[in-house]
Amino acid sequence: MTGNAAIGEAAIRAGCQSYFGYPITPQNELTEYMAANLSRRSGCSFVQAESEIAAINMVYGASVAGVRTMTSSSSPGISLKQEGISYLAACQLPGVIVNMSRGGPGLGSISAAQSDYFQSTRGGGHGDYRTIVLGPGSVQELADLTHHAFELSDKYFIPVIILGDGMLGQMMEPLEFKHEAPEVPPVRQNALRGAKDRPSRFVRTFTSNPPDLEELNWSLFRRYQLLQKQEVKWENYMTEDARLIVTAFGIAARIAKGAIKQARAMGLKVGMFRPITLWPFPNDQLKELSNTTKYFLDFEMNMGQMIEDVKLSLEGRGDISFHGRPGGVIPTPSEVLRVITRIYYQKGLN
Amino acid sequence: MKGQIEINRELCKGCEICIYFCPKKLITLSDQLNAAGYLPSAFNDSGECTGCATCATVCPEVAIEVYCG
Amino acid sequence: MEKIFSHPKSLKKAVFHYCPGCGHSIIHRITCEVIDELGIQDRAIGVPPPGCSVFAYYYFDVDMVESAHGRGAAVATGIKRAYPESIVFTYQGDGDLAAIGTTETLHAANRGENITAIFINNAVYGMTGGQMAPTTMLGMKTTTSPFGRDGKLEGYPIKMSEIVAQVLGSCYVERVAVNSPANIRKAKKAIKKAFQNQIGGKGYSLVEILSPCPTNWKMSPVKAWQWVDEVMSKEFPLGLIKDTTGKPSAD
Repeated sequence: MTGNAAIGEAAIRAGCQSYFGYPITPQNELTEYMAANLSRRSGCSFVQAESEIAAINMVYGASVAGVRTMTSSSSPGISLKQEGISYLAACQLPGVIVNMSRGGPGLGSISAAQSDYFQSTRGGGHGDYRTIVLGPGSVQELADLTHHAFELSDKYFIPVIILGDGMLGQMMEPLEFKHEAPEVPPVRQNALRGAKDRPSRFVRTFTSNPPDLEELNWSLFRRYQLLQKQEVKWENYMTEDARLIVTAFGIAARIAKGAIKQARAMGLKVGMFRPITLWPFPNDQLKELSNTTKYFLDFEMNMGQMIEDVKLSLEGRGDISFHGRPGGVIPTPSEVLRVITRIYYQKGLN
Repeated sequence: MKGQIEINRELCKGCEICIYFCPKKLITLSDQLNAAGYLPSAFNDSGECTGCATCATVCPEVAIEVYCG
Repeated sequence: MEKIFSHPKSLKKAVFHYCPGCGHSIIHRITCEVIDELGIQDRAIGVPPPGCSVFAYYYFDVDMVESAHGRGAAVATGIKRAYPESIVFTYQGDGDLAAIGTTETLHAANRGENITAIFINNAVYGMTGGQMAPTTMLGMKTTTSPFGRDGKLEGYPIKMSEIVAQVLGSCYVERVAVNSPANIRKAKKAIKKAFQNQIGGKGYSLVEILSPCPTNWKMSPVKAWQWVDEVMSKEFPLGLIKDTTGKPSAD
């Protein structure tokens, strides 16, 4: 199954009741999968909205009404959704937003890139808020993390971004779905479904009293601290005896793994730290690796975004090199191996 | 039909719409300010009110109750 | 004597923050009367806009959810698709529905989303201090058309109801006003029909309501109410624009 389709199938199996999308390369297969498979499911709905802006606002509405709901797009379309995501975060509403990112900035290219890391993890919309950001690295992980996204979103009342990319979306790999779709999509307890047998309620963020908004911000912040403690996910690959550790996420980590295997075959002690939750970022887990070595190579398909989190985590205790390819250029494992080898010898790690 | 109205003077914002529309001209502006600083409308209970409820229909503040009998 | 006019049940007993003579509070009241008469208070969900009526949830005693500016029709679509048994209505100003929200409005109508749109047209952006709006009339002075709206530079007032009537998914479009007892009664009838259409699953209904804005029009309330007749309804004619529902409202 392709990555895009795997997300769709996983969402349906997670009980996603509604999907709102818009055509944009390279994620159209996901929108089309939902059109084919969600729209006729009993009690579910699919809408191809008039814009990415409309789609995120439909997600907001569906979420208010208590169902699991999702939208997807690619980089420029995700830019359009930022106001809506800020509203979801402010109103503490669940929702899953899938970004199969492509080269940017601007209309960019339709090829895979990782240049939306800042947009995703620094809260691309206005205001002090965070969203959970998951960085899958395989078709299996796209499926698993889609399910995880819905679970986390509902548990913490926070929007979740799945930060994929065009290559992952188009890749075809065997995978296993670990969940069955529910007969009836679940409905959240605090949904707004009409004031039946209870006082009417309203969901809003605007206040003319700044201290109220301050209190909301503090309450969100406490939740974010809890997420930082409880929900980080990462992978350590051959880091136990590594002299050089590559830091990478998503498709870049996949490419780097290929290079690291070859480096190991050449006798170079190289490993990789791969964050899976890009927010909350596994700062402590990365910092711990500075006890193993102080040499890191950050590899991303952008001009250097996750490297800021790497530097923050290492708190000045690392010698961090960088290799980046922006614009949708896909580096090969050989290219990454050349960089690894060069850094390894330059830093005298042999 | 005899009618009567009660204007909640504290809700009234003195917009004078009810004064303008009352077919019998039974409402005037009071000369006593209310707590919000408006001069509210006041009903002149001369017995001519028919309970048509025009005043209540046009009152933006839902400040008027109408009785008929 | 019997009380023949009182406060609707689904209107909260709160002091309105609206200006003296503003149309919002009238429209809130008659909409709540409709909600009471149709018995839908326990499944109504309202979507107010940013604007003077951002605080509509302090007045309507129904579930409500704030919307981003212009996006009410999309939010309402999301709610209705998630929970079709609800009776979803948007409550939108002219900037909200016909400037930033034009796309969402047209497409919700085009898809025949089974929702009710209450469109408050006061020809300005009220809450932000009286800027030019898509429905501002030619020659009308506003804070961003201080020399009077010039069609060549600033475009022309948009007849959103007539535009929405063009798309097949809209089933009912009517333009009313709340500037006189007779008009208020007609407006209430139109709002009731718009809700009845939703209950009957007929598609998208739009009621455009010409609403006085004394503060931003810089007139007394009485003059503002007269101005709706003398000027505004000449540009925006009142009356039924479209009705494909097949039967009149069961009053």
